[in-house]
Parts: sequence; C-alpha cells; structure tokens
Amino acid sequence: MTELLTVHDPRGYPPAVTAKQLAPRLESLDGKRIFLVDCLFDNSEAFMEQLRLWFAEHLPAVVIAPIKPRESWVDDPEMRARIEADGDAAILGVGL
Amino acid sequence: MKLEAAGIPAISIHTHVFARLVKATAQANGMPTVRQVFVPQPIVGKSAAELRAYIEGEDPVHKRPFIQGVLEGLTGGLTAEDRKGTSFDRTTPRLLPPDTEENLHRLFADQHWTDCLPIVLPTEERVAAMLRGTSQPPDRIVGHLSPASFRELWAFDVEKVAVNAVMAGAKPEYMPVILALAGSGMTARSSSTTSWSTIAVVNGPIRKEIGMSAGIGAMGPWNHANTAIGRAYCLLSQNLQGGSVPDETYMGTLGNWYSYSAVFPENEERSPWEPYHVQHGFKPQDSAVSVFLGGWYTQAGFGPRDTWEEKFRHCLAACEPFIGPLLVLDPLVARGFVERGIDTKQKLILWCAENARLTAREYWDNQWSQTLLRPYAVAGIEPYASRFKAQPDDLIRMFEEDQIHVVVTGGETQGAWKMISGMRRGKGTISVDEWR
Repeated sequence: MTELLTVHDPRGYPPAVTAKQLAPRLESLDGKRIFLVDCLFDNSEAFMEQLRLWFAEHLPAVVIAPIKPRESWVDDPEMRARIEADGDAAILGVGL
Repeated sequence: MKLEAAGIPAISIHTHVFARLVKATAQANGMPTVRQVFVPQPIVGKSAAELRAYIEGEDPVHKRPFIQGVLEGLTGGLTAEDRKGTSFDRTTPRLLPPDTEENLHRLFADQHWTDCLPIVLPTEERVAAMLRGTSQPPDRIVGHLSPASFRELWAFDVEKVAVNAVMAGAKPEYMPVILALAGSGMTARSSSTTSWSTIAVVNGPIRKEIGMSAGIGAMGPWNHANTAIGRAYCLLSQNLQGGSVPDETYMGTLGNWYSYSAVFPENEERSPWEPYHVQHGFKPQDSAVSVFLGGWYTQAGFGPRDTWEEKFRHCLAACEPFIGPLLVLDPLVARGFVERGIDTKQKLILWCAENARLTAREYWDNQWSQTLLRPYAVAGIEPYASRFKAQPDDLIRMFEEDQIHVVVTGGETQGAWKMISGMRRGKGTISVDEWR
C-alpha cells in the first residue's frame, strides 16, 4: 500500500476580502466635470491629452479637468480630495 | 477604488496585457465589477496620432469601441453585483490533505508553489526539525509581503517560513538568516515588468557559523548555505505574498536568473575595508543581512588597471539612471584600489557619484526617469529639479552617494568586479541575531 504523507501548506495568510460597492453612475455626462487623472507612467500624459482633445471635439458639453498625483504609484490624498470636492467623475490612466 | 468608495464614479484605463492582473486586483479589493477599459500595449514610445487611434479604436479585451466603454462606465445604472461587491475568506490551511509523495509533488508544481525544480516536501517532521534552528515561537508573525505595491499584503509566521525553508533544502541552522530575509519587508519575487530580483548580502559571524562561502564561486551554486538560503528567500517570497505566477502575480517581461538564488556573504576577512553592515550602524560582531532590489543590469571588468577610471566611467554611464549600482569586488580588486589611494569604501563611492554622468537628454529619455523621477523634478525636488533644467547636452550626475554600494566577495583567483543594479529597499540592513 502506498504511504500517504501529511505536509504543510506553504502559503501565507491572505487578508479577508471585504465587499465595497461602486459609486452611483451619472445619468448623463453633459455639464459634468470629469477629472482626467494622469497616472504619470511614461507617455501617459500624451495619451490623456489625446483623450482630452477627443472630449473637446466630440462632447464639448463635458468639462474636462486634467490632474496629476504628486508622484507615481503612491496614493495622493490631496488629489483625491480635490476630485471629490470639485468633480463628478474620474478617468484614470494609463496604468498597468 | 478609493474614489468609488467616496461616491465618485471612476473608470481606469490599462493596456491589454494587464487584463488578468487588474481583474484579480479588483477581486481582491472586494470590487470585482470596478469599471476598466483597455488599449493595446504599449503606450510608451507611441506618437500622438497613434495614441489617438487607440482612443478611437477597439478595446482589445472587451471587443467594443474603447470610447464606448469609457462613456458607459461612468453612466447608467448599477447592477446588483455592483452594489454588493464581494466578500470572502481566503484563509489557507496549516496542513494539506494526506496524499502520496508523487501526487503532492504534482500538486506543488501545479499550484505554482515551486521554482519549477523539485522541492523537499514539508512534512510535519521536517518542519519541526527546521523550527529547532530558531528560538522564536512558530506563531510569531515575521512580516508582510506583496508582489507589488498595489497588491494586498499577506502575513506569515515563523512556521510558514520554516515550511518554505524545508522546501528549498535548507538546514535548520540557516533559519536566522532566512527569517531575517523574510522579515526584511522586501520580496524576492517582485512583479515589476522590469524583472527585478532581490540580491542579499550577509555579514558577521553567522557566515562562518553556518558554513557560507565568501570565497571561490560565492555568487553561484557552489556552496550549500549560500544557495539554499537564496532559494528559500525566493520560495518564501512567492508563497507567502500570494503568488508569483506569470500573467497574474508576475509581470516581468524578460524574467531574471538572479531570481533563482542571489544571497552571498561579504568576504570580511580578505577585504581591506569596513564590512557593509558596519557601514550601516551594526557592530562587527553583529550578524546582519542587507537586501537590494536589482539584478536588472550587470556589468563587469578587471583591475583596477591603469585605465580603470575610463572603464568605470563607461560602466557607470551605462547604468540605468533610476537605480544605482551595487559594486561587488573581489578582494584583489579592493586591495588594488587601496594601493591607488582609495583606502575606504566611501572614497570609491564618492568617486563613482562624482563621475557617473550622462547627458541630460539620455538621462531623461528613459522610461523610469520619466515615470518615477520626472514628477519629483516638476515638483521642484532636488537633485531632480536641477537635472530637469539642464540643457540636453549637459553632463549631469546620475547618482547620489547613498545610491551606490560596495561589497567585497570572491576567492582571489582573478581581479574581477561587477556592477549590478542594486537599490537598498525594505528595511535595508536587518539584524540576523534577533532571529536566532
């Protein structure tokens, strides 16, 4: 009969996942202020500028506000506070 | 996701190769339906016209117009799943269900719990024996790791470290070094697209106590302690942080050979200079380990010969500007520098910092300079602000002194040296004695 072995699980302890719900969506973008968040990745500034131009040409009723965090890959509470205070929505890019 | 939690509808744009990763990240953050749209990879190097074509083209993941995904992601109603999010418990068991040796080896390989080479199965007896290599209680939390800064941190205790040490073929006496590495806060399995590895240098009496070699072949598979400790650090990193699986928790485009095992001791006895850990506040009789995120570039040479300054200038200029070099010198090289008047490590570091120069054009025409250093420059933070103001052909400094490190190791069969990308990360230099 083949011997059975008992071995340890080599994985660490993951944090419990707690559900978070999405924010309510907007009925329309007309007249709304959307922040374009440049994540500072190489050339993302150029991409976000093209996105800003697209909105200006195709949806001029949308108010576009470019914004940048203070550094790459680090949460910027001040920037988030500004978006929360002055914005209706946000588009973030280009991240990994 | 913090914006969503604050009531701001948001959508994030990614390149298509990260589709699985961002989906898994959203799931692990309890918001699996967070809105995401994708453009083709790469963004880097694309012209304005090409980027505009991405915006007016198709989302390669969702197979619909990119801009449609953006607009619909911010408008419309929420589904029941959007409102609910996801909660679940991911606690891992202490022991796996009993099985045959063959099946368990297959399970470990299939679950990506190995480095694709055979491991030693962590039976209860072997783990108990490994735990005798430290006086620390098995349930003491050692630290937290994640494969990337945006991923959730996983916790682990002394026993979990011992499990991975068994798998790597380590001996119990290696445990204090392995525990210090595990508690360094620095993973040896970074998910970065740049394919970093983590290199570690051991100093102090522990080197000889456990039979590490700082002689011939110190940086390769010619000494059991060096190799097994390095492998244990890599295995524990991937398993205790939540994985290192390509396209899910590992995105290094080329990979890195240093990621098999990259731990070696300094040859303090043959070095004419102060040991590395003493440079960083420890006493010579202390044992410590230092961790460096790096292993991306490696350059090499011999000497120092009459033209060493030219050779060093060339090699320093070829270093990536974002991450300074860890200089690894054979003792023959270190003593050669002493004969040329460089009688401390700090003098060599000063020389390198002063002579590592690049034109501003080359310095800033670099992905990581643009992504990570430019924001500091724009914010007026020195020395990046001055480097940003320099004219394109101005030669600017690449590194500050604290970005350059010098370690002596090797068996004196050749006056050889290497410059390896190496950035002090995590806790930098960590006590091994605290983990005895």
